[in-house]
Amino acid sequence: MLLEGILVTIVGAATPIVLAAIGELVAERSGVLNLGVEGMMIMGAVVAFGVALTTGNPYLGVIAGGLAGIAMSLLFGFFTVYLASNQVATGLALTLLGLGLAGLIGESFVGTPGVRLEAITIPALSAIPFIGPALFDRDILVYLSFTIVAGVSYTMFKTRIGLILRATGENAEAAHALGRDVRLIRMGAVAFGGLCAGLGGAYLSLVLTAQWTEGMSAGRGWIALAIVVFATWLPWRALAGAYLFGGVIILQLHAQAFGIRVPPQAMTMLPYIATIVALVLLSRNQAVMRRNTPAALGRAFVPDR
Amino acid sequence: MQLELFKRDAPSGKMLVAAPFMALGLTVLTSGVMFAVMGFNPVAALYEYFIAPLTELWSVYELLLKAGPLILIALGLAVCYRANIWNIGAEGQFTMGAIFGSIPPILFPEWTSWTTLPTMLILGMVGGALYGGIPAFLKVKFRANEILTSLMLAYIALLILDYLVRGPWRDPGGFNFPESRNFSDEQSLATLEGSRLHFGILIAFAAVPVMWFFMSRTLAGHAFKVVGEAPRAARFAGFSSKTLTYAALMFSGALAGLAGIMEVAGPIGELRPTISPGYGFTAIIVAFLGRLNPWGIMFAGLLLALSFLGGEAAQITLGLSDKMARVVQGMLLFFVLGCDTLVRYQIRLTPNPKATPVATASEATDAA
Amino acid sequence: MASLHASQIIWVTLRLGNDVPLLAIEGLTKSFGALVAVGGVDLSIAEGSIHALLGENGAGKSTLVKMLYGTLQPDAGRILIRGKPTVVASPNEARAQGIGMVFQHFSLFESMSVAENIALALDHKPTPDEVKAELDDFVERYGLSVDPDATVGDLDVGVRQRVEILRVLLQKPSLVILDEPTSVLTPQEAESLFGVLRQLASEGKSILYISHKLDEVRALCDDATVMRHGKVVARTDPRKESSASLARAMVGSDVSEVSRKAGSVPADAPLVFELNQVKYDPGTLFGMSLKNISMRVHSGEILGIAGVAGNGQKELFDVLSGEALVDLDAVRMDGHPVGSHPISRRRQRGAAFVPEERAGHASVPAMALSENALITRKAPEDGTLGSLGVMKFSAIQKLSSMIRDAFDVRSAKGDPAASTLSGGNLQKFVVGRELSRDPKILVVNQPTWGVDAAAASFIRGAVMELAEKGSAVIVISQDLDELLQISDKIAVLSHGHLSEPLDAANVTLEQLGLLMGVDPTANTSEAAVVERSDAA
Repeated sequence: MLLEGILVTIVGAATPIVLAAIGELVAERSGVLNLGVEGMMIMGAVVAFGVALTTGNPYLGVIAGGLAGIAMSLLFGFFTVYLASNQVATGLALTLLGLGLAGLIGESFVGTPGVRLEAITIPALSAIPFIGPALFDRDILVYLSFTIVAGVSYTMFKTRIGLILRATGENAEAAHALGRDVRLIRMGAVAFGGLCAGLGGAYLSLVLTAQWTEGMSAGRGWIALAIVVFATWLPWRALAGAYLFGGVIILQLHAQAFGIRVPPQAMTMLPYIATIVALVLLSRNQAVMRRNTPAALGRAFVPDR
Repeated sequence: MQLELFKRDAPSGKMLVAAPFMALGLTVLTSGVMFAVMGFNPVAALYEYFIAPLTELWSVYELLLKAGPLILIALGLAVCYRANIWNIGAEGQFTMGAIFGSIPPILFPEWTSWTTLPTMLILGMVGGALYGGIPAFLKVKFRANEILTSLMLAYIALLILDYLVRGPWRDPGGFNFPESRNFSDEQSLATLEGSRLHFGILIAFAAVPVMWFFMSRTLAGHAFKVVGEAPRAARFAGFSSKTLTYAALMFSGALAGLAGIMEVAGPIGELRPTISPGYGFTAIIVAFLGRLNPWGIMFAGLLLALSFLGGEAAQITLGLSDKMARVVQGMLLFFVLGCDTLVRYQIRLTPNPKATPVATASEATDAA
Repeated sequence: MASLHASQIIWVTLRLGNDVPLLAIEGLTKSFGALVAVGGVDLSIAEGSIHALLGENGAGKSTLVKMLYGTLQPDAGRILIRGKPTVVASPNEARAQGIGMVFQHFSLFESMSVAENIALALDHKPTPDEVKAELDDFVERYGLSVDPDATVGDLDVGVRQRVEILRVLLQKPSLVILDEPTSVLTPQEAESLFGVLRQLASEGKSILYISHKLDEVRALCDDATVMRHGKVVARTDPRKESSASLARAMVGSDVSEVSRKAGSVPADAPLVFELNQVKYDPGTLFGMSLKNISMRVHSGEILGIAGVAGNGQKELFDVLSGEALVDLDAVRMDGHPVGSHPISRRRQRGAAFVPEERAGHASVPAMALSENALITRKAPEDGTLGSLGVMKFSAIQKLSSMIRDAFDVRSAKGDPAASTLSGGNLQKFVVGRELSRDPKILVVNQPTWGVDAAAASFIRGAVMELAEKGSAVIVISQDLDELLQISDKIAVLSHGHLSEPLDAANVTLEQLGLLMGVDPTANTSEAAVVERSDAA
């Protein structure tokens, strides 16, 4: 029973990171590094919470959270893609702005119980021991996270759109020379990243806690960024990475149940330490890393006029 | 119509100066609109934000008090950013400086000679430098991205501080409050009569010309710029990128650490779970608004300090949320980066080429 | 070589009846800021002809073809395809109009497969698998064999160009534009490319062939349009011209070239620089590792290193300069082992280096020329630094203007940023910065790549002069004519192997070409045959 419970909580901890990471992965594959994931995520969280609260409909909250993420990402995209501003600094600006704006919007929500996104039980599958309750008795965002990862993986490597996306991230000048609208492709990829980050945020405030607290994203956006690197820009590896992280987070919670006495701060630290460890471990894998790193990542593209 | 960028032959000197002011103007405009939307008189709100804090002496002292750490941290960050090293964990280095610098007053409270305070300041710098050295080590040794590692380390530093003041370093006579014992006079920075303004602020302002000289007049400063602009050229020049990575991150860590210990040995006077209103992150904005130039950073630091004070003032007098200050800061950074584009490019709206006769093109295909 | 006006072209066309040119352009103009890159150019290409567009670097050829291919929009003038005025708004539209383009700096995606690269350029949107099926036909017809599953980054430059050409052919174009296609090929590879182009022309396709190499234009093309400073200065039948007359039209004046005299190195010249069995793996994606490279360069000698790009030139330069470190004994300067010494210490021993990439490696584009002078001129004898590394601006400025005067660097007044200089002038500045140190050893990689003829001739002259003063010089270059002109000995770098040096006075283009095309690791017997024939 304990193991089953652990599995259930791991999925909960991993899902927002999966969503944010897969969106960022697509943006980075197009050559845009968006460090504003944390900002988009927290905006998704606060808007989803507010809309669900006022309408009483958590699904509207999910949609609104996704739209909030898109809005934030378009702001970032306009600056980095069309004004060629520095991607790193603009991403930081997006995070700072998102955290501030979400705090402002959410001020009146603090302490208010929210609306929870209920689980949709899949009849036969949810009865499977261990993984049934963890994977098939969940809310729509969990199902969506798997669907999106599968969809991204298929699109990226099996379709023409994916081919063009990867080409843009590899060599924007060449893609432009072939007549691809590099900036439009990048805007699209950035917006997809915003959508996913917004949905990840919605998961935080509609499922994981069903309440609003300031700064509730707690660095998950940054962890998602690290997961993308850790996954060497491969979708299924990003999913695996996020679940590994979910495992780390949950195991530290259960460690106390096992009577392991560690200060609570050390427990809270674990995901951050794990992120650093993951980045270090990755260095053993330089060959894979170089093959998959989008070569144009972080570089603005301005066509000659 | 489409927005297009036209590259200038050379960076525009005029725009170099004008861009930060344009960004400031856009920020004032946008925040005015936001105030109005939120139901406040925009003029009154903007006055509270940007003017009111300058009308009273005590609040000018407070302004300097807040600008000090911002300037000090941003001066260090500017070195990193010039070298294309993205240290965003200054908040952690600030915290670690505060922790290291607090070792004498907390662990050796009886040691109260004239050497105590200098030791604390030096320890603060050492703490910050060592903590900044970790992402440098991880980058040089494992190619780990310093953006992520430095930020993760910032979260970790805040938790270490939290653990210390709730655990081993808690004041035994402090009724279980999460605080360390209070620092004595010998363990604190002297203040100006009747204010919280301490002489450490002088260090921050004195650092401005020193850093200007270092960055623009010495080969070492030149090396940071070369490696940031063209890493291959830096290697060709014989500058070691490893050394520069360590130097930039440890130096900026040291400055952030100094700011940290000066904050706890100054206005705060003890260690607490929260010792910074986000100086380490706001300093990123200061560095960019100041165009990574020490003199620019000085003015930008004062401006951002103003937005902190203005936020507090507007909350008290108008009941405007103090969260607004962070929104204003975030917008400011956005606009700064956007206006920077004008230095290198001209922005024009151009007609889409497809708007011109496409019919002829298709006719030609038909004929073929 | 009288130039014709647009109206005359139309008139001529009308008079010839329905012989409408496949492509005609009239008064095409394009400016970048103050620079008029292309100013009122007229051009027409008949069906089935190979038309040369000749001009120096910076004459406006690339800008012109970018407008034809839709990546740039003209400020004025029009493009007619089969007599119909056409707006080429994008490359997609160019392809729809039957225009295909082989780019100078390949527009390939290195980490993707050949099939993926080709699929990306095809507007009927095939999957990479469908591309493979389509490829077979073309591979057979034109003899352009390539593995569709290979990753482009792993391929040789010559094969990469084959991919580019196949990519264009699969679009079934009526006009193929090639921008400086032979600059990266061995003479043999170039010859087989010409075969393909002639075959295409015989099938009725038109070819616009952009080049500054006169011999190949004379051998290949039916018509030629010569451009200088953005304008058409001549139209001619290149087969009726001499290389000298074409060169004069292209450059605008006679370019005097000094050649190195055979046997100008005394037999007892002291050994200055040696490389002993250097092995080096750059550890980068698609990098070429060096395998057992040895070389000896004497005082007053110029050693040319020939080879097609991507065969280890960059890596060899890094090892020579100390940007990549090897065993201490593997590199010797004046008898001192320096293999593990970094670049600054090698400079202290009197070596100077000019890398291939002038913007970003040899110089910092965004920085002023004086700041760029400091990059390699910070030794005590340069007098540019005071105590504690404080920069002496007046001394740095003086050094910078000395270099600019001595090496005829033309730029804006004052102290402009390196990025504002033309390629040729920046290269002269970089070369001047190094040569004005009177180095005992000079290593230079692609000294005149992308540089106009006058600047190239100036640079070659300066390098030869340095050797005459007794310095040892190593010139790595893809330009065989250049190497034959200035070197005493030439060795060929291929797949990370360096051949024995051959006497430049006696070696032929064919011999060098064979050595360049051979992979010594892949087929040792063939390499052995080539080496034996050279020795004979």
